[in-house]
Amino acid sequence: MSFEMPQFSLALPEMWLLAATCGVLLVDLFSRDPQRTLTFYLTQFSLLVTAAIALGSHWGIAEITFSGHYVADSLSGVLKAAVALLAALALAYTRPYLRPRGLLQGEFYLLALFATQGMLVIASGGSLLSLYMGLELLSLSLYALVAYHRDSRQAAEAAMKYFVLGALASGILLYGMSMVYGATASLELARIAEVAAQTDDPLLLLFGMTFMLVGVAFKLGAAPFHAWVPDVYQGAPTPVTLFLSTAPKVAAVALFLRLLVDGLGPLHDQLQPMLLLLAVVSLLLGNLAAIVQTNFKRLLAYSAIAHAGFIMVGFSAGTDAGHAAALFYTIAYGIMAAAAFGLLTVLSRSGFEAEEIADLRGLNERHPVYAGVLLLVMVSMTGIPGTIGFYAKYLVLKSAVEAGLIPLAILAVVAAVIGAFYYLRVLKVAYFDRPAEGEQSAELPRPGASAAVRGVLLVNGAAVLVLGIFPERLIALCQAALGL
Amino acid sequence: MEQLLFYIFAGILLFAATMVISVRNPVHAALFLVLAFFNAAIIWVLAGAEFLGIALVVVYVGAVMVLFLFVLMMLDINTAPLREGFARYLPVGLLVALLMAVQLGAVILSERAELIGGTIPEPAADVNNIQAIGGVLYTVYVYPFEIAAVILLLAIVAAISLTLRRRGGTHQQDVAKQLSARPEERVRMVKGMSGSSEARRENQ
Repeated sequence: MSFEMPQFSLALPEMWLLAATCGVLLVDLFSRDPQRTLTFYLTQFSLLVTAAIALGSHWGIAEITFSGHYVADSLSGVLKAAVALLAALALAYTRPYLRPRGLLQGEFYLLALFATQGMLVIASGGSLLSLYMGLELLSLSLYALVAYHRDSRQAAEAAMKYFVLGALASGILLYGMSMVYGATASLELARIAEVAAQTDDPLLLLFGMTFMLVGVAFKLGAAPFHAWVPDVYQGAPTPVTLFLSTAPKVAAVALFLRLLVDGLGPLHDQLQPMLLLLAVVSLLLGNLAAIVQTNFKRLLAYSAIAHAGFIMVGFSAGTDAGHAAALFYTIAYGIMAAAAFGLLTVLSRSGFEAEEIADLRGLNERHPVYAGVLLLVMVSMTGIPGTIGFYAKYLVLKSAVEAGLIPLAILAVVAAVIGAFYYLRVLKVAYFDRPAEGEQSAELPRPGASAAVRGVLLVNGAAVLVLGIFPERLIALCQAALGL
Repeated sequence: MEQLLFYIFAGILLFAATMVISVRNPVHAALFLVLAFFNAAIIWVLAGAEFLGIALVVVYVGAVMVLFLFVLMMLDINTAPLREGFARYLPVGLLVALLMAVQLGAVILSERAELIGGTIPEPAADVNNIQAIGGVLYTVYVYPFEIAAVILLLAIVAAISLTLRRRGGTHQQDVAKQLSARPEERVRMVKGMSGSSEARRENQ
């Protein structure tokens, strides 16, 4: 039995975050501050430092350590930095929403930190075992976060659905992993890739791959494994939905890149038809079902399914360019979703949830700045040039066309045009509709957030625009992460 | 000899497992489950996996089932409604059981049966089970092992945050408050009738 001493220094991002989490746990235990100021800022500080360490220590190297369980490369650096920054952005919106509802407890931030830890583990998972452990760490935290509002029946229902379906998906993923282990006799992805490239009878591998793809598609929320998405997005407290729709998406992409590209990449030809199916169904179902929604959170949930379809388009291409495009798309989506849900948390106040589309009526007259942010986000989600959403869609489609998937690209564009309808309808409500007769303007949402949180929202909205005009650096980062 | 022992313990295991689902008293069912776990552990030990067997007894019999019994006794479950509709679901249940039996038979009788009928590989003579697991658990698998520890920590935090409520009317102890209590707040000295029952009543 050979054993090589692991290079502990490579796992610095995980170790730092774990130590910081324990620190926040202890600090919060002795804190009597109802605002949780110290907990909040320590959480943000540890996430930002994690991002810096990850990018700094993993960029430009390609090392495998911990007996093959841990991979440190540029990809893991970028993924970890994206996850930590998106988590920090998502958490920045949470305090004004949680405080008046009696939900502001240190545990919220702790659960988010544990979820982030799980995502870091996924980002540098080098074996089936460590990927699964990371996924469980992430999923368990998310279940608890969705159930966080204990007195809300909706949240309890959403948490139950998420938990049951999530446990099922984990089981399916694990079943697929057991098949792959049976076929290759190794947990290490590098070794699995070797066997997959040489085998002439890949039946068992394909069997396992199919199950693993189902598990990953569930975590990403791609149709037809999307059943949990609308209910969970609507039922969970808005800050939790906000968190759920940003960093964990990147983690799901990381899971795909590690499992099905690093591990079973040699079988892409057999994987492609399944990816095409996932992409087509997600694009059509997400965009068509979103049209009839009246609840804004539910609309964004269906839109998330449609965006998952676009990410799948990038994966179907199967090239490094396609994977880089999918990664860029996910990060861009995270920024847009953070702004969209952040707007909802800012507009909500105690006893009033601004989550129906009708609640946005006349937003432009009341709060032109927020209406402006909404405009930017919706335009960006539609994919109109000048915003980050355009480049995301452009890169994905370009990679699909280069890989010869022209019908899929055409379908994706058609789906995006359908999607434009409901995004623009939200804008029409916000800009041109008047509040109904007899409705007091006091009953309509008025921001209850502090100036700092409003500032975050403005910066987030501006980022959608600025990154849309100067996207080169972020695109180059994503491409370099995949070795382009 | 070993085979005889195997059949005895397997028989008790099957008997106990049947009793778990057929006895009326849930506490008895839980105790039979303990018996089933115990016999399964013995079978593992017979197969040479003594560490797994001991872990099963320590973890499941020692901890999980005791907790389970506590919950059962506290909840006072009325099992009568659970038994309603037994006859109604019987055909479907029988169908599923039959299907499973047929599938199992098909696998056993199929050509590839030698794959599952294989013998247990002989353990290496010089190294025992616990050494073998210990040799890799903290070396090759140290990273997943650490993450498992983090998951347990998360489970504690999540469980507490989801269940702990500070509401009025509960009789919880506040140790700091108890310690900082001063005698003047609790005891009032009454002059005169010391030791008599009236004085004590007055004090209250």
